[in-house]
Amino acid sequence: MDILVILGDAGRAALGPQAAIYALAAIGLNIHFGYTGLLNLGQVGFMLVGAYGVAITVATFGGPLWAGVLVGLACAVVLAILLGIPTLRLRADYLAIATIAAGEVLRLTYNAGFAQPVTGGVYGLQQFAGSFYATNPISPGSYGVGRLVYSERDLWVMVVGWGAVALATLGLFLLIRSPWGRVLRSVREDEDAARSLGKNVFGYKMQSLILGGVLGALGGMLLAVDTQAVAPNTFNPVVTFYLYTLLILGGAGRVLGPALGSVIFWFLLLFIDSALLQAIGAGYIPAEVLSPSDVGALRFALVGLALVLLLAFRPAGILGNPREMRLEAGAAGTPRRRRKSTQAGSDRERGVAR
Amino acid sequence: MTAPPRGVLAGTAAEPGVAKPDPLLVVDRVGKAFGGIQAVDVEHLEVQRGVITGLIGPNGAGKTTLFNLLTGFDRADTGTWSFDGRAVAGLAAHRLARRGMVRTFQLTKVLGRLTVLENMKLGATGQRGERLVPALLRPAWRRQEAAIERRADVLLARFKLDAMRDAYAGYLSGGQRKLLEVARALMVEPTMVMLDEPMAGVNPALRQSLLGQITDLADGGTSVLFVEHDMDVVMRISDWVVCMAQGQVIAEGPPSSILGNRAVIDAYLGSQHDEPGLGEQP
Ligand SMILES: Nc1ncnc2c1ncn2[C@@H]1O[C@H](COP(=O)(O)OP(=O)(O)OP(=O)(O)O)[C@@H](O)[C@H]1O
Ligand SMILES: [Mg+2]
Repeated sequence: MDILVILGDAGRAALGPQAAIYALAAIGLNIHFGYTGLLNLGQVGFMLVGAYGVAITVATFGGPLWAGVLVGLACAVVLAILLGIPTLRLRADYLAIATIAAGEVLRLTYNAGFAQPVTGGVYGLQQFAGSFYATNPISPGSYGVGRLVYSERDLWVMVVGWGAVALATLGLFLLIRSPWGRVLRSVREDEDAARSLGKNVFGYKMQSLILGGVLGALGGMLLAVDTQAVAPNTFNPVVTFYLYTLLILGGAGRVLGPALGSVIFWFLLLFIDSALLQAIGAGYIPAEVLSPSDVGALRFALVGLALVLLLAFRPAGILGNPREMRLEAGAAGTPRRRRKSTQAGSDRERGVAR
Repeated sequence: MTAPPRGVLAGTAAEPGVAKPDPLLVVDRVGKAFGGIQAVDVEHLEVQRGVITGLIGPNGAGKTTLFNLLTGFDRADTGTWSFDGRAVAGLAAHRLARRGMVRTFQLTKVLGRLTVLENMKLGATGQRGERLVPALLRPAWRRQEAAIERRADVLLARFKLDAMRDAYAGYLSGGQRKLLEVARALMVEPTMVMLDEPMAGVNPALRQSLLGQITDLADGGTSVLFVEHDMDVVMRISDWVVCMAQGQVIAEGPPSSILGNRAVIDAYLGSQHDEPGLGEQP
């Protein structure tokens, strides 16, 4: 069992294209959930329309890649508007239901036989990002140290991906500390209060939904480009839940939360994966107890456990502000310690009376 | 103690629905039912510009519901109303607020995870930085933001909240929340503030200063419509008092005429007799 190998595998995933893709989509979710309080459970739907926007434009219709990007972005805007108009005036739950349903409907539609001439159906579409790799300025080779190496192809995706993450993070940082961001956060806290002060709550929610959806679509495009393939079943609802996991892990409502959360999430995932495989290989875990093919499932269980522990001891996430966390709905402004001590106090009084 | 400019209602008759010399808000046949009960059923009501109007009535009289209807937070079943000479029935709440009709809530709505100062600054209208693209460019709104902050600081000091300026509003006490809500409403620079029980839970010393703020507001030309259960307060600062019961305006007049008003006494005593649940003679 070689700890360097394990760390190398984990580190490669933590910085790799996948982490950048998830970070990008999670920044969108952070705008929705972290700053506006919109419970979007269908972020994967935005990723899907982004990915297919590129794939269909290029592979099916032979258009250029940049046109595909524009199509993907336009699809995300349309999806946000279609989802927002009926639900954003209603209670938060309706958006949650509508988004999770929309994600599934999209996946099933793109998967369907009648859509096959355009979407490729279950087989999806492949090899549409050639022009992206053709512009790769990095000369062929492998880069890195030890096990932490990337091909020039990966590196190019990473440069673009993390570049996009950095830009999106910077943009979010500027927006959140502006009066616009203040309105967004006020909508999260209490819509009616925002309305009573003359803020067009519906308009802000719509802007938030569109902006976050577009970031989700960008994540989807990057995913499509990275794998040079799209297939509907890549865009399972579970992707949205991974996004929530890493967002809460990093700290929802924190500008750097999604990026940090994604890096840690992928590090943990591959760390456990690699460690288990090594342990099986070295005979520490008998093959009858755990076969290498079970590792994929078990690693998610272990990541889940790690997250439960983390959230139990640091519920605001890694970057979260515990003082702010205590103000979440239900706590009603009473710090937990104070609540506990008054409880203890009244217990004591009762004890004396007896 | 009423300042001369606010004495304009001296010649107005004390009867429900009476016309005012210069009405800011005119309400006509506004009704709202919840299931079986008619929560609001106001035939005609005018609220005079530039004065303090107290709105009283027993619990469940429909005062809060009337506020909700007029400010666009709830949809009226029937009726129309105009504000500042323009029909505003059916307008969205945020548009009404921008027209200068700003309300506070009986159950306070502070924005817990915003600081007290941020709560205040949110109240300012016409902020360039609240639009998506200019928001990215700090120079486009920095000046305005600084001016807003100065205004907020002045108000916070007046409401004795300056010490809490940078604390999360969620950590304020109940009374401080009431104060913050009133102060925040003033950031909108309203033509009329509608305060739903602004004194509830505020300690006597602060109550005095809040009363002073409200009279200052009216002296400064802002119209005030406020709901209050404390009769002392209502009598002291109101220029005019409107009494509701079971959704209707049953009496209105200068404060002195209200205390002895038969309908008002009946409404309050009736509601007290009601409380044990014995029912009431029609
Ligand atoms: N959303 C609602 N659904 C059903 N009934 C309601 C609703 N809101 C108010 N009511 C009813 O309408 C009536 C008027 O309520 P309202 O809150 O306007 O009274 P109020 O005069 O403000 O009383 P208080 O002085 O206690 O605040 C009450 O009988 C109340 O139960
Ligand atoms: Mg009320």
